[in-house]
Amino acid sequence: MTVLFYVAATVAVFATAMTISRLNAIHALLYFIVSLFAVAMIFFLLGAPFIAALEVIVYAGAIMVLFVFVVMLLNLGREAEEQERHWLQPGAWLGPVGLAAVLLLELGYVLAQGSGAPATAGAVSPREVGRVLLGPYLLGVELASMLLLAGLVGAYHLGRRDKDAAR
Amino acid sequence: MTGIQLEQVLVLAAVLFVLGLKGLLVRRNVLFMLISIEIMLNAAGLAFVAAGARWGQADGQVFFLFILTMAAAEVSVGLALVLQLHQQFKTLDADAAAELRD
Amino acid sequence: MYDLWTIPAFPLAGFLVLALAGRWLRRPYAAAVVGVGSVGLSALVALAIAIRFLVAPPEGDAVTQTLWTWIAVGDFRPAVAFYLDPLSLVMVLVITVVGALIHLYSAEYMLGDPGYSRFFAYMNLFVCAMLVLVLADDLVLLYLGWEGVGLCSYLLIGFWYADPANGAAARKAFVVTRVGDAAMALGLFLLFRELGTLNVQEAMARAEAQWPVGSGLAVAAAALLLGGAVGKSAQIPLQTWLPDAMAGPTPVSALIHAATMVTAGVYLVARTHGIFLLAPAVLTVVAVIGAVTILAAGASALTQRDIKRILAYSTISQLGYMFLALGVGAWAAAIFHLMTHSFFKALLFLGAGAVILAQHHEQDIFKMGGLRRRLPVTFTVFVIAGASLAGFPLVTAGFYSKDTLLWAAWASERGGFWLWLAGLVGAFVTSLYVFRLIFVVFLGEPRAPIDHRPGYRIKVPLVILAVLSIVGGFVEIPATLGNLPLFTDLLDRALPAPELAHGGLAGEYALQGLAAAASLAGIALAWVLFVRRPRPEEHPEEFPGIGHRLHRFWLDGWEFDRLYDAVFVRPFLALARINRDDVVDRLYAGLAALAVLGHRAVRVTQNGRLRWYAAALALGTVIVVAWMGLS
Repeated sequence: MTVLFYVAATVAVFATAMTISRLNAIHALLYFIVSLFAVAMIFFLLGAPFIAALEVIVYAGAIMVLFVFVVMLLNLGREAEEQERHWLQPGAWLGPVGLAAVLLLELGYVLAQGSGAPATAGAVSPREVGRVLLGPYLLGVELASMLLLAGLVGAYHLGRRDKDAAR
Repeated sequence: MTGIQLEQVLVLAAVLFVLGLKGLLVRRNVLFMLISIEIMLNAAGLAFVAAGARWGQADGQVFFLFILTMAAAEVSVGLALVLQLHQQFKTLDADAAAELRD
Repeated sequence: MYDLWTIPAFPLAGFLVLALAGRWLRRPYAAAVVGVGSVGLSALVALAIAIRFLVAPPEGDAVTQTLWTWIAVGDFRPAVAFYLDPLSLVMVLVITVVGALIHLYSAEYMLGDPGYSRFFAYMNLFVCAMLVLVLADDLVLLYLGWEGVGLCSYLLIGFWYADPANGAAARKAFVVTRVGDAAMALGLFLLFRELGTLNVQEAMARAEAQWPVGSGLAVAAAALLLGGAVGKSAQIPLQTWLPDAMAGPTPVSALIHAATMVTAGVYLVARTHGIFLLAPAVLTVVAVIGAVTILAAGASALTQRDIKRILAYSTISQLGYMFLALGVGAWAAAIFHLMTHSFFKALLFLGAGAVILAQHHEQDIFKMGGLRRRLPVTFTVFVIAGASLAGFPLVTAGFYSKDTLLWAAWASERGGFWLWLAGLVGAFVTSLYVFRLIFVVFLGEPRAPIDHRPGYRIKVPLVILAVLSIVGGFVEIPATLGNLPLFTDLLDRALPAPELAHGGLAGEYALQGLAAAASLAGIALAWVLFVRRPRPEEHPEEFPGIGHRLHRFWLDGWEFDRLYDAVFVRPFLALARINRDDVVDRLYAGLAALAVLGHRAVRVTQNGRLRWYAAALALGTVIVVAWMGLS
């Protein structure tokens, strides 16, 4: 089991690294979808099957597809890739890498002082999740739905193609 | 049932988050920046789920649900803005829209 | 009960009415009624009080009317109180009577001026302030009146403010007298600190008890008070303001700079004589200043062309006489001369005003001439006044007052030959310049047509003052001529009598003769120079060498203006120029600049670039996590 975890983890990290360094948008998105699958695998291993399913269906299936649609809508062609290459000079990596490395070290240090408890204390069934959602977190659910409504309206308004849209 | 330790998962989440951050800082194309943000959100969600699983409670998963919802809303609005940006400035360069300053 | 407060109250009421409602007094007639009437009422009340005082003198020869306690701070409790003794009685009579006559004169003189009611408002305020000054029981109240007359002098000199030269003259007067006022204020502080009171009579009594004669404190206090007197009375070295003050309307010059304000300095010294008596050195200085001023101002008067400037220098010179008298201890003689001088000098100024009006506001005497036949009344009164000023023997007030003065200068213990000689030479010079003025203006061929004939409002005051210039002296007839020292008797109840050291009756006759001779000699020389021959002085540049330069020197008032400009004004302006950017202000401007600099430095972070902000966020996260993780 642990081996599976390590394999999935490696795939996820590798796929993410590829995502952020691609020149073509579609390539990056596809790599990210792979990363999402790996993370879903890890969710499954942690005993959260419901979330694993949701990860694939919603995140990879809806959100990423949305991304793909938009990229296709923008119709970025060769010159976009050229531009990306031009922007992505090796020198540009220096600052972010440094900053990110520092952060990683810090996080690692903090986490290394952990208690060493096992990650799972058993699977949590979807039934349990559902009960909690409609119980204590009911208000949150309602708010989330309002958020979605706001997102819907905003996206519709902002995405209009007329001359004086998004006033 | 598995020998996975919480810290390991959290380290994985940290690595993924940092990678997302790096992508956000490096890329100039707004589309890639949005993707990097998604990476970071995903990593955060992973951390939550792991924490919830540690205690065997559903709260972690619920929170991941909320994150997911929020990510969906944010992505739709963000992509709409990307479309607008492309329409106004004819480019996806994040530095093109730098007029909100002193 | 003596209602002393009514005397200054009438002019104050007049001022308030004119100041607040002057705009609605559309017809100048109304403003004149208020203005003249208030001072006139004051004069009548003063005369009534004077008659009562003389007929039935109160106990101690003085009466006090306390109105209220002005300030009450610890031991400092000056009261608004009026003190009437023979000295202040004389002053009040002079101020109100001469003042009323001058107000009546101005009713016609200032007719047609757009600031008619404003003029009377200022004049009334002035009279009120001057009355407060002379009636004050307390030195603080006196200082209030002192400053009040200074303010009104400023307002009235610069009355025609549209011309910046007038404003400059007014400022000059104010600033120069301010120097004296500052000294006087220091003197008041010293007196209060040492004596604990500023009530005049109290202070003098305590000073006499506490300070030995000639002590440093007495000398300091007296010297500081003298500083104020010198400034207000335009003695050397603070005399530079008076000639320029002629920029004001002529009635102003008559009232303020001849009869009343400039005599405030003389009054101050006389009023605080107790302190001065404790500092004989200062009294000597007073006499010397007086003597020097007599001669210097007289020389300057000899060279002037402007009719009013001649009279201005004459005033300075005559005030020198008063100071000389004060210095030698002839207090009553000084006040006597003050009174007669106010009559004939005011008359001279008013007459000059009539002449100026008649000559299209021309003031250069060499552009006038032959006015004798065309302005007969003016000519007559002018001659009377001039004779009085020159001390024409026996029939003029000036003769009696100057004679008393010169006799005291010779005979009193503190007097002496040189002081007397200065007075005598001064009398000669006085006679010379005043008759120069009369001969040039009134005799000879007419040079310009008559513009405005004086009406009754001008003529009546002129005639009254002329009469006073003659009979005013008869209240003090010296021992040699009949011995009727009414005036001195009156004032000796308030002021100490002079101590005569040398000289007896024979000496007095001799001195009188010399004084008369000097006066007549001046008239004769003036006749020779300015009537017989064609006027030489019209072209002073034709004088030989040193004569021309001396003439120029005296014309410029012994070049005091030049001196002060070089010593005080220029360095101050240089300093001001150095500090033009205001060092202290720079400090605050620097603070502001620092803030702006800081803003500009921080503004760099608001560059609108998304990735910058993301980087900032990341950096912040790093710092926070580090802090949280390591603590």
